[in-house]
Amino acid sequence: MPPVIDDATVRHVARLARLHLEPGEARTMEAELSGILEHVDVIQSLDLDDVPPTTHVLALENVMRDDVPRPSLSVEEALREAPEVVEGRFAVVKFEP
Amino acid sequence: MSAVDLSRWEPVIGLEIHVQLLTRTKMFCGCALSFGDAPNSHTCPVCLAHPGVLPVLNREAVRLAIVTGLALGCEIAPHSQFHRKNYFYPDLSKAYQISQYDEPICVGGHVSVLTPDGEFEVGITRAHLEEDAAKLVHVGGGGRRAGAESSGVDFNRGGTPLLEIVSEPDIRTSAQAGAFLRQLRSTLRRLGVSDCNMDEGSMRADANVSVRPAGSTELGTKTELKNMNSFRFLERGVDAEIARQVAILEAGGAVTQETLHYDPDLNEIHSLRSKEEAHDYRYFPEPDLVPVVPDRSWIEELRAGLPELPVDLRRRWVRDLGISFEDAEVLSEPRELVAYFEDVAGRVDAKAAANWVRGELRAQLRELGQEPWESRVTPAHLAELIGLIDDRTLSVPLAKEVLAEVIASGAAPAAVVEEKGLGQISDEGALVEIVERLLAENPDQAAQLREGKDKLVGFFVGQAMKASGGRADPARVGALVREKSGLS
Repeated sequence: MPPVIDDATVRHVARLARLHLEPGEARTMEAELSGILEHVDVIQSLDLDDVPPTTHVLALENVMRDDVPRPSLSVEEALREAPEVVEGRFAVVKFEP
Repeated sequence: MSAVDLSRWEPVIGLEIHVQLLTRTKMFCGCALSFGDAPNSHTCPVCLAHPGVLPVLNREAVRLAIVTGLALGCEIAPHSQFHRKNYFYPDLSKAYQISQYDEPICVGGHVSVLTPDGEFEVGITRAHLEEDAAKLVHVGGGGRRAGAESSGVDFNRGGTPLLEIVSEPDIRTSAQAGAFLRQLRSTLRRLGVSDCNMDEGSMRADANVSVRPAGSTELGTKTELKNMNSFRFLERGVDAEIARQVAILEAGGAVTQETLHYDPDLNEIHSLRSKEEAHDYRYFPEPDLVPVVPDRSWIEELRAGLPELPVDLRRRWVRDLGISFEDAEVLSEPRELVAYFEDVAGRVDAKAAANWVRGELRAQLRELGQEPWESRVTPAHLAELIGLIDDRTLSVPLAKEVLAEVIASGAAPAAVVEEKGLGQISDEGALVEIVERLLAENPDQAAQLREGKDKLVGFFVGQAMKASGGRADPARVGALVREKSGLS
């Protein structure tokens, strides 16, 4: 079977996740991600027609809260971890999206 | 932009509308919603995405989504699910937005849109819940990202509950797009779902636009026109995009599928994002939120509690009361105005009622910053005033004066007429005296009138109104002027 994930795909996913890859890492990732997808292929070969898609392992639904305000953080607390603050806001370095 | 020959092309338009829901708190945490408060004064570890926090769904947001779905004729999904939509942007604290993907809460509805030229149908593909992003403020560079010296994030808006409503591509003109959006706004306001202020961003519209050769049933390549923040810009933006696509196609080119921004100042369309990055959101089910499985009895309770929707109200008024669509549109929100107008219309001719409520009453009250239902003019007062015009006690100008007095004092119109001696002169002899005197005092005009210069009737009516302090009946005076000049 040809590799499910090629070098270009690894680099694209890394870019989307804003990950920097060291030399050689792309090749390792290629093998590891392909391995994961190959395992998924094994699962997909099973007859699962009667099994509904499962997004949660918990037998829970409709967990909701009432629409009642709770105290927020103070502005000082909210901004405490910010590396830099500009006019009461979290400063963003100049960026190109 | 040059005019487009639309006889050969058919535009196909669908809208995606985001509205902020009128909850008290955010979608997944207890922070209060706010607009215009100090930056970052309504945040917590959840909406700031500190490690290890868990979202909990706001029941009221779910209720508002269901109410909207029912009003738009949608099916409320027996099972719906949240997904993570992944992308990096500084206004998104978690680097993903919690949204809904293949299991939205409302699916498959349709609405009938009322216009002065009749009704048209628009399918509703879906409506789903999601959270709003934070507000990114650019300092320097004219407030735009490009050229900004620095940018700052205010997370007060981050996590505000949003409902995204997606229409089918059933719209054919920019005017229809505007009519659909206006009616949707009235509906959502009537339901108390959103205040839908486009200039404050609580209602935002994107348009998917394509064109195809007239008569074709295949869809052309579409573009997405983002975030038009007024009805006028929506209509102008859609028109500009239709013109741009037709020009490309007529020149033998092909439309590129992309996201566009409409610049209302320049009436120009710009590309917004690079194509290779668009729509690679890698949705996956949100593991921190369990499915929503609304109780059928809850849904039926909400269905039973739906008010009469603006479209039904307007249709009923146009049909049963005979008022114009424009009057019906203006008078059908807010609900206090609906009650006020219906009260007046139940007492006198509905067209006159619509005219006075929509026109003079609102105009005079606007000066005072009052609404009809808060004013001292009760529906009974207004009906009485209209009655005084009908029985010719008051001319329209006098009635306006009386109205001002009712607004000021709260006295009944008939009492104001009595007290101020404002009633029209009903004594025929007195009117004849005024007319004869004016004809004598203005011999030149009187002579021209006798020669058949009919326009001068108006001159004498005006003089008579002045001489009588507005209390002469203009129609009666006109007739007398003609009679005394031998014209009739």
